[in-house]
Formats: sequence, structure tokens, C-alpha cells
Amino acid sequence: MSLAKRIIPCLDVDNGRVVKGVQFVDIRDAGDPVEVARRYDKEGADEITFLDITASSDDRDTIVHVVEHVAEEVFIPLTVGGGIRKLEDVRTMLNAGADKVAINTAAVFNPDFVREVSDRIGSQCIVVAIDAKQVSAAGEPLRWELFTHGGRKPTGLDAVEWAQKMTDYGAGEILLTSMDRDGTKAGFDLTLTRAIADAVSIPVIASGGVGNLDHLAEGVLEGRADAVLAASIFHFGEYTVGQAKQRMAERGVEVRL
Amino acid sequence: MGNLRSVAKALEHVVEPGQQVLVTSKPADIAAASHVVFPGQGAARDCMRELDQHKLVEPVLAAARSKPFLGICMGLQVLMRHSEENAGVDCMNLYPGEVRALAPRLAAAGEMALKIPHMGWNNVMQSGSHPLWNGIAQNSRFYFVHSFFVDPEDPLLASGHSRYGIEFTSAIACANVFAVQFHPEKSADDGLRLLHNFVRWNGQYA
Repeated sequence: MSLAKRIIPCLDVDNGRVVKGVQFVDIRDAGDPVEVARRYDKEGADEITFLDITASSDDRDTIVHVVEHVAEEVFIPLTVGGGIRKLEDVRTMLNAGADKVAINTAAVFNPDFVREVSDRIGSQCIVVAIDAKQVSAAGEPLRWELFTHGGRKPTGLDAVEWAQKMTDYGAGEILLTSMDRDGTKAGFDLTLTRAIADAVSIPVIASGGVGNLDHLAEGVLEGRADAVLAASIFHFGEYTVGQAKQRMAERGVEVRL
Repeated sequence: MGNLRSVAKALEHVVEPGQQVLVTSKPADIAAASHVVFPGQGAARDCMRELDQHKLVEPVLAAARSKPFLGICMGLQVLMRHSEENAGVDCMNLYPGEVRALAPRLAAAGEMALKIPHMGWNNVMQSGSHPLWNGIAQNSRFYFVHSFFVDPEDPLLASGHSRYGIEFTSAIACANVFAVQFHPEKSADDGLRLLHNFVRWNGQYA
């Protein structure tokens, strides 16, 4: 009996609608974030993450309303990422009912932003998102670089060093996505996950590349992640969160059943 | 955490007809309430400073001495005499005891690989029966996020324990007061059940 490893379904939300098509037979509106969140909650999700991919900043208020509606019905921790740049943005999200915000690009341009949020509101509400890509050539010691803007822009920063720096600046958690694996269904980059998990004193969420339930267990067992995040394997109805937990339990991972 | 809106929304979900949920910082509202939930906010120093500035220390203590009272997270910690957080903060001193940092205790226990904060779903071992545990199975999991824990001098104050490298007090009960380190408002069905029990509680506990 001890702390459970968490399973976190992630929803991409564009203009208030869930994208990447959720296909649950018994859901009335698969694009409604409230319905999808409620469904994941019933299946036993430990947290839910919303990634706002709305392109236009004019439409950013939409995600606030989404969070408000979800928080009225779903009583597990909620994380929101995408477009959060100022202390005021963080407060708006928390007041809407989010428990944590994920920050990526804004932290790279202004690392003190992480420190400011940590000092003023508390480190427990800041998740620093790290999009990392392997840049070492074959035969060289492994090295991963930090990318921003959804993995499009290189920063020249070493991902492991960045994770340590963000920990020092007051991040409460790291959301680590392997750009090499994202969308491949080949499993997490376990070497990267382990390198970061071993380098920092705060929890690490593994993301990017999950194609089956064993990948989730491996993220914990071999990657040493504290939590695993996945989108498509849950959205497309391939697996339920409950099945994921069963498999992880069979593999010896402590989960909340 | 300490998100007031989340606590209010969860309470609204479980209250009885006729009960009303009010988020307030006014002493008169606290005095008039039948039940008081005290989530606390921020770090220990900020929380105590806010309570002082709004002249809430006495009203909150008065509620804790007289009516069903539920402390959550920081709202549990500041009921103790003193906290190690922020280089030492005097708290409300309702109960003798210290709020201690997890990190050095985990290190002393050889549990250096455990992450801080203690974040996620952990078991709560109920020390005995209590009206607020009604319908909640022994060792149920609740959502935690914290780096400090309470260490009350009176071991009989504990109503729940949890384990994270070390064993610590995760719930206390005394007369009309119940207070928890975890977040019932974020703990799905068992958390809602605890809040459901609280809003129906008359504050009696033998």
C-alpha cells in the first residue's frame, strides 16, 4: 500500500471541442469535453489533462468555459495546457476549476515565470511541459534537445539540464513528451524518460508514443515515470482506462483500481 | 491546490436540499454557518498572513470549537501549533504538534528516490470508526499533493494514516473537528462521500 502510479488521459481541445475524434458508442456527443471527461472519470482516470490547441488567441476564453463546466461535474485533478503565458492566465485557469497548468514555450522564453507562479501560487500547480528530441548521433552519448511550439522549434537547450533547472525554479511536475515517439505508437522513449526521472526530485509524467497497454506499464517499470499520459489509445476506443489499470496491475505496478 | 472553487463545486454536488454553499472571508458568515469547511490556501506563511489580515484567526478558531468543522490540506496544517515551512511559521495552535517537511524525513528513512511533492492517490488507513468515514472502505485511496505533514503530539488525534516512505497522519478527528491532508474535492467518489458525510454531520464524535 503506497502511492499509486497515475494514468492520465489527455484531450486536445480546439475551440471548445475535443478533436482527434473520440469514438465511444455510448456517448451522445464525442466532441463535448464535458461528456468525454465524465466518461474518463467513470472509467477510473486518475487525472485529466486538456491541451488547448486553439490557434486564434481571440478564442482562448473558450477553454476557460470548458474547464468551468468540467469542474462542475468531474471531481478529480484537472490540468490545462496551451497558451498560458502570464500569471493572470494561471489564475484564470485555477479560478475556472483547473488544479494545474502546463507551461512550455512561456517557460523557455521566461524561466522566471515558473519561479513567479511557484512563489505566488505554489509549485503544486505548475507542470512544466518538455518536448524533447534525440539529437545525438549514433555512437555518441545520448543527448536530447528541448523544442517549443509543439515540437517545431529547437532551443539548443539540453532537455535533462532543462528539467533540473525547472525543478530548481519551482516546477511541481514535469510532463515529458518524446517528439521522436509522439504519434508513432511505438512506446515511450524509455531511455529519455528514465534519464529525466532520475535527474529530478519532482514527479515525471511520461508522454508520447503509447500504442498498447504494455507501453504504459513500461513507462513506469523501465522509464521510472510517476504517471503516464496517453491520448489516442483511449480516444479511439481501443482500450479503456480500466483495462489500462488492470494491465499495469498485472505487470506489478501499483494503481488505483 | 487549495482551489476554493473546486471545494465549493464538490460541496454543491452533495449538500442536502436547503443547505447553501458560501465562499466567504467574513467573520459574520463563519459565525452564522451551520458547518465550516476550511481549505486554507498557499504556503503556511501566506495562509497565516491572510487569516491575520482578514481578522479570521479568532472566527475560525471559534468555529472549530463549536460546530462541524472540516479542514483540508493547509486547513489541517495551520490548526497545529507551528510549521517548519517558510523557515518556521507560528500557526493557530488549536492542537499541540508540528508541521514537518517530508524531504528530510524521507532522506533519513533512506527513501531518496521518492519524489516531492507527495502527489497522487494514496491509501488512507482509518484508525477507527468516525461518522465521516461512513460508507468509505478501509484503505481507500484519496488524492494528495503536499510536501509537509502534521505530527500531532497526541497520537489519539489521528483518524487516518498514510504511507509514503514514512507513515504520517493523514486525517485527524477531535470532537466537532475533522481535518484531512488529502483533497476530498478531488478524490472522486470516496472524496464526495466524505463531503456528503460532513454536510450531514452533527459534530458529535464519541
